[in-house]
Amino acid sequence: MHELSIAEALVQHVTEAMAGSAPYRVTRVRLRIGLLSGLAADALAFCFEVVTRDTPLEGSALEIESVPVAIRCDPCGQIVELPEAPPLRCPRCNQASAAIVRGKELEVESIDVEDEIQNMTRSEPAS
Amino acid sequence: MTPRIVELRQGLLKKNDQLAAALRLRFQDAGVFVVNLVSSPGTGKTLLLERTLSALKAGGGRPAALVGDLETDRDAQRLARAGVPVRQIQTHGICHLDADMIERHLDGWDLASHDLLFIENVGNLVCTSSYDLGESCRVALLSVTEGEDKPLKYPGIYNSADAVVITKIDLADVCEFDRDAARAHLFDVRPGVRLIETSAKTGQGFDDWLAFLEERPQSR
Ligand SMILES: [Zn+2]
Repeated sequence: MHELSIAEALVQHVTEAMAGSAPYRVTRVRLRIGLLSGLAADALAFCFEVVTRDTPLEGSALEIESVPVAIRCDPCGQIVELPEAPPLRCPRCNQASAAIVRGKELEVESIDVEDEIQNMTRSEPAS
Repeated sequence: MTPRIVELRQGLLKKNDQLAAALRLRFQDAGVFVVNLVSSPGTGKTLLLERTLSALKAGGGRPAALVGDLETDRDAQRLARAGVPVRQIQTHGICHLDADMIERHLDGWDLASHDLLFIENVGNLVCTSSYDLGESCRVALLSVTEGEDKPLKYPGIYNSADAVVITKIDLADVCEFDRDAARAHLFDVRPGVRLIETSAKTGQGFDDWLAFLEERPQSR
């Protein structure tokens, strides 16, 4: 399943990005997923739960931003967002275009991280 | 404690894309043109490839194939009968090939002794669309038995294809396959894409298909 590979890649990306940091816990993961990426959000959520077990991402909230499809339309000379795709056709001039500018994303945008305090007391100014 | 936000802004397939870019250079250096064949299961990919390899070899070509399958090597065995080098990639349940699998299966293979390398991807129209394998061009298959609206259901893969081979065209009438509708739907997701109608059973359209391969069309 595609979603499993993607979820595994996600954990790997986060773990590598955080390599060398003090103990931490990820509380939230933000993804940008294009509507043409072929990824099913619910399947990804399921796989995410499975592959994050026993990792610093365990229990974190998965936020998926769906990115609509946008094409570059030559006659209009601009990038047009498509309310519905396919067809990849400019709603203004009806010209078809295969130049997809957005909508195929599979990206991790950011993560929320809590630094874990282990067996030590820390005096912090009251916030 | 308030969590801090760590910006990553990374493509999840970045590693695959980097590996694929390296593979692409390696293929170019070896002078081998690489075709990534994608389709749903049962489109007749292996039969098309079997006939293609035989025809290319008979014409003095030096083709080879890498065949991806979930578990068995039945397809590779079939293709090997064409008398050309065939290697099997068993993905063990993974629904697509990735650049790493390709790289690992090129070990000890003298790529320069081939002019054309086919990669028969796993039968899947969703997952295969996201993975660049370093190919020179991507060809998607659509069989007349699948229905004309398949491109609309799987726009991602057909959009990324440099050509679409319609297979089993000898069954078009029996299946009431509407050529015009299929063409219109394909153009909806990939305007102007090259279409080649074939039958690996009767040989119909194979001249067009072989001519397309002869052109060495580079990906957009
Ligand atoms: Zn327009």
